[in-house]
Amino acid sequence: MSAAPKAAIALLVLMALVPPLAAAIGDPFLTVIATRMAVFAIAALSLDLILGYGALVSFGHAAYLGLGAYAVAVCARHGITDLVVQMAAGAGAAAVFAAVSGAISLRTRGIYFIMITLAFGQMAYFFFVSLSAYGGDDGTSLAARSTLLGRDWLENDTAFFYVVLACLALAYGGLHRLVHARFGRVLIGTRESELRMRAIGYRPFRYRLAAYVISGMICAVAGVLLANQTEYVSPAYMAWTRSGELIVMLLLGGIGTLAGAMAGALVTVGLEELLAGWSEHWRLGFGLILLAVVLWSPAGLAGLVRRLLPGDRA
Amino acid sequence: MTLLQVENLRKSYGALAVTDGLSLSVAEGELHAIIGPNGAGKTTLIAQLSGQLAPDSGTVRFGGADITRLDMASRVRAGLARSFQITTLMPAMTALENVALAVQGRSGSSFRFWRPVAREAALNDQAMDCLAQVGLADRAGRPAGAMSHGEKRQLELAVALACRPRLLLLDEPLAGTGPQEAEVLVGLLAALRGEVTMVLIEHDMEAVFALADRVSVLVYGQIIASGTPGAIRQDPAVRAAYLGEEAC
Amino acid sequence: MRMANLFLLQLLNGAQFGILLFLVAAGLTLVFGIMDFINLAHGVLYMLGAYLMAMFALATGSFWLGLLLALGATLAVGLVLEWAVFRRLYDRPHLDQVLATFALLLILSEGVKILWGSAPLNVAMPELLSGSVPLAGPLRYPVYRIAIIAAGLATALGLWWLITRTRAGMLLRAGASNRPMVAALGVDISRLFMLVFALGAMLAGFAGALVSPVLSVDPGMGDQILILTFVVIVIGGVGSVKGAFAGALLVGIVDTVGRIFGPIWLKLVMDPAAAAQAGRVLAPMLIYLLMAAVLSWRPNGLFGRPS
Repeated sequence: MSAAPKAAIALLVLMALVPPLAAAIGDPFLTVIATRMAVFAIAALSLDLILGYGALVSFGHAAYLGLGAYAVAVCARHGITDLVVQMAAGAGAAAVFAAVSGAISLRTRGIYFIMITLAFGQMAYFFFVSLSAYGGDDGTSLAARSTLLGRDWLENDTAFFYVVLACLALAYGGLHRLVHARFGRVLIGTRESELRMRAIGYRPFRYRLAAYVISGMICAVAGVLLANQTEYVSPAYMAWTRSGELIVMLLLGGIGTLAGAMAGALVTVGLEELLAGWSEHWRLGFGLILLAVVLWSPAGLAGLVRRLLPGDRA
Repeated sequence: MTLLQVENLRKSYGALAVTDGLSLSVAEGELHAIIGPNGAGKTTLIAQLSGQLAPDSGTVRFGGADITRLDMASRVRAGLARSFQITTLMPAMTALENVALAVQGRSGSSFRFWRPVAREAALNDQAMDCLAQVGLADRAGRPAGAMSHGEKRQLELAVALACRPRLLLLDEPLAGTGPQEAEVLVGLLAALRGEVTMVLIEHDMEAVFALADRVSVLVYGQIIASGTPGAIRQDPAVRAAYLGEEAC
Repeated sequence: MRMANLFLLQLLNGAQFGILLFLVAAGLTLVFGIMDFINLAHGVLYMLGAYLMAMFALATGSFWLGLLLALGATLAVGLVLEWAVFRRLYDRPHLDQVLATFALLLILSEGVKILWGSAPLNVAMPELLSGSVPLAGPLRYPVYRIAIIAAGLATALGLWWLITRTRAGMLLRAGASNRPMVAALGVDISRLFMLVFALGAMLAGFAGALVSPVLSVDPGMGDQILILTFVVIVIGGVGSVKGAFAGALLVGIVDTVGRIFGPIWLKLVMDPAAAAQAGRVLAPMLIYLLMAAVLSWRPNGLFGRPS
């Protein structure tokens, strides 16, 4: 086994130890933060598929987080509370939105692609802002968390955490297989050289679109979990700055490695919680740290760690 | 038998006709070199033959079928592969992965999400054969980005061969190579002669006249002469238009 | 008749909005086109212009003096940002540019909140430009909004002159279509970049200062305009000032008219309640649909060069 899956598995195991630790030191909030970390780790993994492996800088990824979250609210309103069904609904909606918006945006390149995905994200945002039945701008709170096999197990924060962690492990495992399978190699090929891919008989568009749809569906699952964690759904989940944060997570962890995406999400959420604990103006500090990392360590924290530990080629 | 038949091909950028009623025919099995001064439209021609660029008018027939409107991918599947003047590889992938990706392109669906591609023996074996053919067998595990320039040119050739082409379009395969690297590549092309039909664009006249079965001379977007290397050397029009300048 | 008047009014409002978008978009599209640089912090400069205007107008007690100082200050901010951050990013991948300017956006908008608080500020309208003029029949239109349109058109004209009639403009146009060529001409390209950045920053600040008397000045205003500006640039074609002008007017008018007339037109084909709901949902999405339509027709925008 190479170093990257080992790092990812180590991360998952460490996270699994959080609830007992939280119980031991009597701070249940730790589990809540860890849940949040795991949710965003799923979202970051999904973005890494298109951004890290496909070099598609999507600036509208938060839309899928929002689609998943609203799937919970809409299903619950219609009496469907089962988590798995809600996930399927969210992923389905995300697949449709990704297929349509992707078919248009993937015709463009570079700056155009960044801007058009941003615009599609905003389109989704404004759609939900105008949905007065679901609270419009303010959003709507959920009556309860989703059910699993007809039981309300998820109301227990620890049980919910392990469900989220299991989803994260599944997402990681699935994506790990995918990027090492035929499809993944083609996707990496389109990242490395589109012209070369054409010259050996591929049409990059269809692979990019497939990756775009898969990525959106996984992110929607994260959205379903996010809504359950906060028991609240609002358009703020799909604000464009949220898409920016998802990219930041990848940057901090090192783009194009799945373990890096997970680590980046953990660090980002942790940093936000930490800074927010100090000052309401935490974004200032967050921005300064981010700027420093971009200017001086483009390979992210992973690159920094690698530079500090010569010899370790993760 | 004619494998590639180009008739009256035209491509202009504004008032500038880069391909100006070009006609060309390449017979099955031959190594057909195209020479011409800088700016004659050689790279534009390759781009139109490979489907990277659409001509304004004219036809390209390959193995009897009209492929003028086909995109690059369809042409590759029809058996028309190319190499690039500027090395175009996947720098982060190993040499083996670069070639295996080309093999994968013609062997089954790439919409497979589960099985590790690195363990697909059929892909790797065929890729290794191509690498061995260009003398890179011992470099299989090296990332393309970390190879020497000459090795990259060899790998470029291996990737094109992995498409199992009936016709190989070679856009200046010796570009940027030193004398020793060039010698290796000329040896490889000589070995391939007869096995696969080739259209070779090259500035290195020594290599062209050593390798080619036939030579066509491209000047200002038109073929002004076609013939055996010996005949081309003697052609007065060619000497006036081209060889004189290059002092060959 | 009333309908026609309402339409005229909305058309003017749309044009005024479009002019503002143009002022913000002009600098951004030049930066995109010439430096291939994506700047998410551009909207912050618009917001900063409004805040500086509010501060200086209050301090000096004069709208005009405040405007002058705000322009100078945004110009200075543009120069400092270029010197401190942007010039380190020109040769970096788009992703790094996105992240660095995103960081800048977080820093600057939070900085604004710390300095001026989160509550909206107001700027008094100058005596000279308050009031309204008769338009058609009983319809009157505020002088200030007409002044905004006039100021925007004058700026557009000035830019047109700068780009088509001066040496710097010639270099800009050459740089937008062929950067290595301009560098090969021996032009000090980094100075050119710096000037474009500073000019773009000042134009965005100018737009922010102009709207400060009619809109409330709040920390969120930069984010909203940034996205609209992107839409404008994508529709117009990256790097084209002409495209930015056309795109800005198109977006301004479609957005403004669509919000008012969308529900009215929908009522012609469906029942009022459904039309009102559908109108509310569709109106804010209209410009994005417009953009998607333009891009599927011309992937490089209306005036963009094919890549």
